[in-house]
Amino acid sequence: MSTTVQVDPPVQIVSTPPHTPGRAEVLGQAVLPVVLSIVASGVLLAILGRDPFTFYGDVLHNGLLTGFGLQQSIVRVATLLLIAGGLIVAFRANLWNLGGDGQWLLAAAFVAGLAPRLVDAVGRTPGLALMLVLGCVIGAAWTVVPAFLKAVYGVNEIIATLMMNFIGINLANILVKGPFLTDLPGVPRTNILPLAQRLPLIGSSQVHVGIVIAVAMMLLIHFGMTRTPLGLRLRVLGANPRAAVHLGLRPKRLTFVAFAASGALIGLSAAVSMLGDWGSFRADFNPAYGFLMVPLVFLARMNALGTMALVAVFAVIQIGGDSATRQADLPADFVLVLVGLLLFFMAITEYYRLRRERRLDLATTAPAGGATRGAIR
Amino acid sequence: MNDLLTEPVLTALIASALLAMAPLLFAALGESVSEQAGVLNVGLEGMMLFGAYAGFNGALYLHSSWLGLLCGALGGVLASLVMVILCVRMRLDQIVVGVALFLFAEGVTSLLHGAQFGHEYPRIDHTGEVDVPLLHDIPVVGKSFFHQHPIVYVGIALAFAIRWMLRRTSIGLSLRAAGEAPAALDAAGVDVTRTRTAAVMACGALAGIGGAYLSIVGAGSFTPMMTQGAGFMAIVLAMLARGKVLWVITMSFLFGVSLSISTALQLAGITISTDVIQMLPYVTVIVVLILFARRSYLPSALALPYFRGER
Repeated sequence: MSTTVQVDPPVQIVSTPPHTPGRAEVLGQAVLPVVLSIVASGVLLAILGRDPFTFYGDVLHNGLLTGFGLQQSIVRVATLLLIAGGLIVAFRANLWNLGGDGQWLLAAAFVAGLAPRLVDAVGRTPGLALMLVLGCVIGAAWTVVPAFLKAVYGVNEIIATLMMNFIGINLANILVKGPFLTDLPGVPRTNILPLAQRLPLIGSSQVHVGIVIAVAMMLLIHFGMTRTPLGLRLRVLGANPRAAVHLGLRPKRLTFVAFAASGALIGLSAAVSMLGDWGSFRADFNPAYGFLMVPLVFLARMNALGTMALVAVFAVIQIGGDSATRQADLPADFVLVLVGLLLFFMAITEYYRLRRERRLDLATTAPAGGATRGAIR
Repeated sequence: MNDLLTEPVLTALIASALLAMAPLLFAALGESVSEQAGVLNVGLEGMMLFGAYAGFNGALYLHSSWLGLLCGALGGVLASLVMVILCVRMRLDQIVVGVALFLFAEGVTSLLHGAQFGHEYPRIDHTGEVDVPLLHDIPVVGKSFFHQHPIVYVGIALAFAIRWMLRRTSIGLSLRAAGEAPAALDAAGVDVTRTRTAAVMACGALAGIGGAYLSIVGAGSFTPMMTQGAGFMAIVLAMLARGKVLWVITMSFLFGVSLSISTALQLAGITISTDVIQMLPYVTVIVVLILFARRSYLPSALALPYFRGER
């Protein structure tokens, strides 16, 4: 009796590179969440009895299409971009710097408090340059305690930075109401830096050179993160701290460096904002940019170039939304709703993107089916 | 200094400390439960805001502080569903979603309040405080501790109940395993996702009650962004307590004292600026961290999404 044994045809093992998205796909993934969030908040607006089209028209118009609005948006981009840069440097090293607000406000208080007298004394250019440096120093200094606690004792930096955050906010107020208080009547604030002594403007516009500083810094960060040894060390530390130790990198020192750089950039943002835009620091002023930039940076996947685009969109929404909400008789916080929705939809799009990539990877590798590991975050 | 220890000052101090403590206690309990199960809930403040708004509306329209608190709990649960869907089920990054939830909650509650009441801020009159019959007459402690809205006593009892649950029941064990070694829990046949879902929803409910307490009992009305960092304080509280409920209770009380000490000081004639007072709890934490720097123990699988079958 003969038996026939069924033998499956030999399995073809094909090795293909993982699915890399094309340009159109990446753009689509970036644009889709924006569209979805605009639609969703439009629905919310309609429920509240406002016309979404007028509202968004106003946002675009006031934020982008008027000369004044566009320049305001560019000025806002400068501030936000530097903060985002500071967060990228920390997050890439897997250090959760949630103390951005405290660092920003404290640096702003110092810069706004000391600038008028100093710039008067030493002249415009050296004075402004010194103040920019001071901003960096204060911001970096405020990260030393969390960096130390994390590097030496392994204390969770979420706790440490959050604590320093609130201490910094209150300390800034104490400084403004105390040593830096102006003699002028009215709301407690620092002395106002005269317009003539602020950061120089670009050409005949209302935009100050802060935007140049910000873009230069972002390019520097991009270059630094992707093409220098230090950047590589920070990224390795972020991806796999144990491997970092084995490779001979020094996590403690890198922690200090990353935190200091992060704080310095955030402090620089505050300095730029005070010296170019506001000219004075008012007590109890807290725009909470530090928090707003956290999810934004994440969803730009901590890529410097992507962040620039996202920050630009966000600045337009903020500036345009500020006046549009007033015109629609809504509280200004509606912009937060838009931002929140934007972030949710981006997170969801990201999820589906990852799922699709996993499926595509599984489909194109050996049917013996390697377990595809989740991407290292 | 003698002025500080007089009866009215102490009474005021304890009373306002308990008032400040209650929302922190509830929120920190919720966060503890969530963290023990492995979900770091940075959006706690957002859940408190949802609870504050829902609770205020509930108390306003249903004319009862208890129903208001219940509405607050439901509001918190609603907010927590976002974390459940995006973090526990879709396994997105917990910190990013948490911050987004916080920002979104600020915006939505402010928006809804503005649409509902315009620029008015209606108040609730009957805040529901009761006097415990005999104990109320004890000096100092009686008029402060035993003259609170009953939810405060419920909260303290709840804390002990949660402590018992975490330490001595199998549900508590499953919760802690979900945070410590989810793969082991999975191998034991318990659904990790469902456990974490329950933990996050419980966190939402507790945070919602905490927020509702703020708006119903604490302030009597809802103002946008009224939580003022209480949620973040609770997160830090929960992290420091490392899952030990007794520490949560003690620290909530201490934080409550330091938050409310300004009123007592004013009564005693000492004026310190509010900014300094507000800094105190945070400074205390940092000092404690520096002096007693130990590894703050958090469950090993905290903030890591659980992928079944992955090594």
